[in-house]
Amino acid sequence: MTNAIEFQDFSFTYRSQSEPTLRQIQLTIQEGERILIVGPSGSGKSTLAQCINGLIPFSYPGTWEGQVLIKGQDARELSLFDRSLHIGTVLQDPDAQFVGLSVGEDIAFALENKQTERPEMQEIVERVARMTDVETLLHARLNDLSGGQRQRAALAGVLVEDADILLFDEPLANLDPVAGQEAMALMDRLQRETNRTLIVVEHRIEDVLVIPFDRIIVMVDGEIIADDHPDVILSNGVLQQAILREPLYVSAARWAGMTVESVDQPSRVDPFLKQFNQTDVLERLEETPQKETATATALLELEQLAFHYRQGTPVLENVTATFQKGTLTTIVGQNGAGKSTLAKVLSGYQRTTGGQILLDGTDITNQSIAERAGTIGFVLQNPNHMISKHLVQEEIRYGMQALRLSEAEENERLEQTLRRCGLYPFRNWPIQALSFGQKKRVTIASILVRRPDILILDEPTAGQDYRHYSDMMDFLEGLKEDGMTLLIITHDMHLVLEYSDQVCLVQAGRIRYAGTSFGLLNQEQLLHHAHLKQTSLFTIAEHLEVDPERFVESIITAERKEREQWL
Amino acid sequence: MAVEMLGYIEKTSPIHRLTGTTKLIGFLLFTTATMFTYDTRVLLVMGLVSIVLFRLSRIRFREVRFVLIFTALFVLINALAVYLFEPEQGVEIYGSRHVLLEGIGRFTVTAEQLFYLFNLILKYSVIVPIAVLFLVTTHPTEFASSLNRIGVPYKIAFAVSLALRYIPDVQADFRTIANAQEARGIAVSHGSLWQRARNSIQILLPLLFTSLERIETVSNAMDLRGFGAGRKRTWYNQKTMNQIDYVAISCIVLLTIFSFVVTFYDGNRFYNPF
Repeated sequence: MTNAIEFQDFSFTYRSQSEPTLRQIQLTIQEGERILIVGPSGSGKSTLAQCINGLIPFSYPGTWEGQVLIKGQDARELSLFDRSLHIGTVLQDPDAQFVGLSVGEDIAFALENKQTERPEMQEIVERVARMTDVETLLHARLNDLSGGQRQRAALAGVLVEDADILLFDEPLANLDPVAGQEAMALMDRLQRETNRTLIVVEHRIEDVLVIPFDRIIVMVDGEIIADDHPDVILSNGVLQQAILREPLYVSAARWAGMTVESVDQPSRVDPFLKQFNQTDVLERLEETPQKETATATALLELEQLAFHYRQGTPVLENVTATFQKGTLTTIVGQNGAGKSTLAKVLSGYQRTTGGQILLDGTDITNQSIAERAGTIGFVLQNPNHMISKHLVQEEIRYGMQALRLSEAEENERLEQTLRRCGLYPFRNWPIQALSFGQKKRVTIASILVRRPDILILDEPTAGQDYRHYSDMMDFLEGLKEDGMTLLIITHDMHLVLEYSDQVCLVQAGRIRYAGTSFGLLNQEQLLHHAHLKQTSLFTIAEHLEVDPERFVESIITAERKEREQWL
Repeated sequence: MAVEMLGYIEKTSPIHRLTGTTKLIGFLLFTTATMFTYDTRVLLVMGLVSIVLFRLSRIRFREVRFVLIFTALFVLINALAVYLFEPEQGVEIYGSRHVLLEGIGRFTVTAEQLFYLFNLILKYSVIVPIAVLFLVTTHPTEFASSLNRIGVPYKIAFAVSLALRYIPDVQADFRTIANAQEARGIAVSHGSLWQRARNSIQILLPLLFTSLERIETVSNAMDLRGFGAGRKRTWYNQKTMNQIDYVAISCIVLLTIFSFVVTFYDGNRFYNPF
């Protein structure tokens, strides 16, 4: 076998930085191998991917030490175009990387650049579209596709070049659980049929491991700390060391007191499941105390809410729901089901076209966006949509401008909010110098400082690694304990299980389910239609015939204990 | 969604069926002819043609209402400015002076000036709808391939089409950001004009950052798929020229020749009824 990619004593420092982002990388990837690269944010895994596909040094220059060989050739001697013939990259956000307006046109983009004649081009586009199941969508506009279809179209656009190395940068970040699983299955099939080299960069390890990989590379602080078979990586504790979330079923095994060995094949959920012993699990369950549920009063009530952009095509219909004070509700559903629209209608960004919104029993349906925002704050998914000032302090103060507070009051609120959000040390920082998670916090702070009763967040944890995810969720849970009522839009079923007091399933503009998260997981039909998946913990509980609710809760409690040891 | 200005509007119509190249050539000839002439007869014929084309395209008035009203406002302001600077420009052009109203000081009202301003407004009323029609019936990438076909370097052509493609996205961003501002009590759509103008500036920074983010991603995606490597490129969306295209181009060429002949045969760009 020949080497597809080789890193020899490689280090890289971005031009704008003084410390290297990659240090002393030694890595060999052989042709036809399946490699998963994992690491927390800032570990350098994306930088490594960019060194492979050539964005480094062509788009992001810096100091390059050591060697990178692609198919035996020095990477620095290959142009970006030469590299694109060997390496096809699917970027993280499929929406942002589309160049064409229609699917067919976008798939053809690389061929156009290679000056392929039109008849041949059409033939190749059709062939590749069949491979990725988008052949019926060639004329569709990209905006009309579902998340999974977009991902497949993006993949097709890369496949036309016949590159024998496929590189995926966080392919699951914007997909719902079912679409994610389908995307992985497609990668699996393509790799098997054509024997291409497959490199996936992701931190959602369990979701990626639905297909087999040859090796997992673990990166921390710019270095490779482990490079081994998935079964070894999952059993030797290196993931905890790197603060990455191991598959839930592995956590469950450790909780149940089992020693996870690589011979047990922890990278495959099905064979591994047989290792669990019902009596052990039942014994452990006895030890965990049961959680008590508190009663609460209704704060926000929706009655027969409706919304449409155009008469006759409702986006929301008959939405009736109640949100209790001081609780956290998660809102789940397929892309395009109406979750974001619901959030916009609640926060006054859009006017309802029917129904009522009651806050503490008062009708607030006809309030203007500014009035509504005083009680219901909405944190958008993209922090850049909300940030309009240079410094952290200025931004948070800006939110108070319209409240006409006294200066003393304003200063007091500012300091309190900064401290509550853990931003006090950064108060005089330029916002653009902050990390993604910190920016997100600034946007939350700029809403919190207005003291709303309800906070709605659109995917607050999307694209964040385990530590940042937990930090964010623990922070939000803290707000809840202070009495805040939270509504969170998410795709992450484990988040739903761990944090929500109530879950609302939105499907085709209606609320199809509202109740406990465990109640939802029992309704397979509903889950299937909403593109959601049961988590592996649930599968284990079913397999062992133990109460899934207690089982999941126990493991969550154990996980939290482990997290307390992070520093 | 609410108002989508100047984006491509998908329809089946004879105008949509023409190749981008035909529409581009047609648009360029038509506007050149109209820019050169002040001849009322020519302008009226051109105006008639533009109305007919609009009907053929099946684009409805309300789909482009916003832009048309917006530009109409500008045209009127422009005409007013012309009058304020040169109240007797018409007299100079047509060489006669029929006073309708003496007015105040130099601001007289003459038949010649009114006729001149009428021509001016007519001219824009002919050009603007055609420009809008061109933009909303030409698929952005087809537009790029047409620019490329008539000799514009493909990188520039592609940049233009990319800009057109992102108009709706940037509009959506703008609305989201404006809403986010209003949600913090920062008025963008009401309050005094000065306040609104000042607050609108606050939208620009987030819009800039979101757009830069978009640009970075898309330019990486383009680089990774080999854009800009060759000296030429082919176009997936290029339609082949059909009979209807040749007919359309011939018509527009004849119309242009007609307009130039009528405009210049008496050695003057103005039609003089006085």
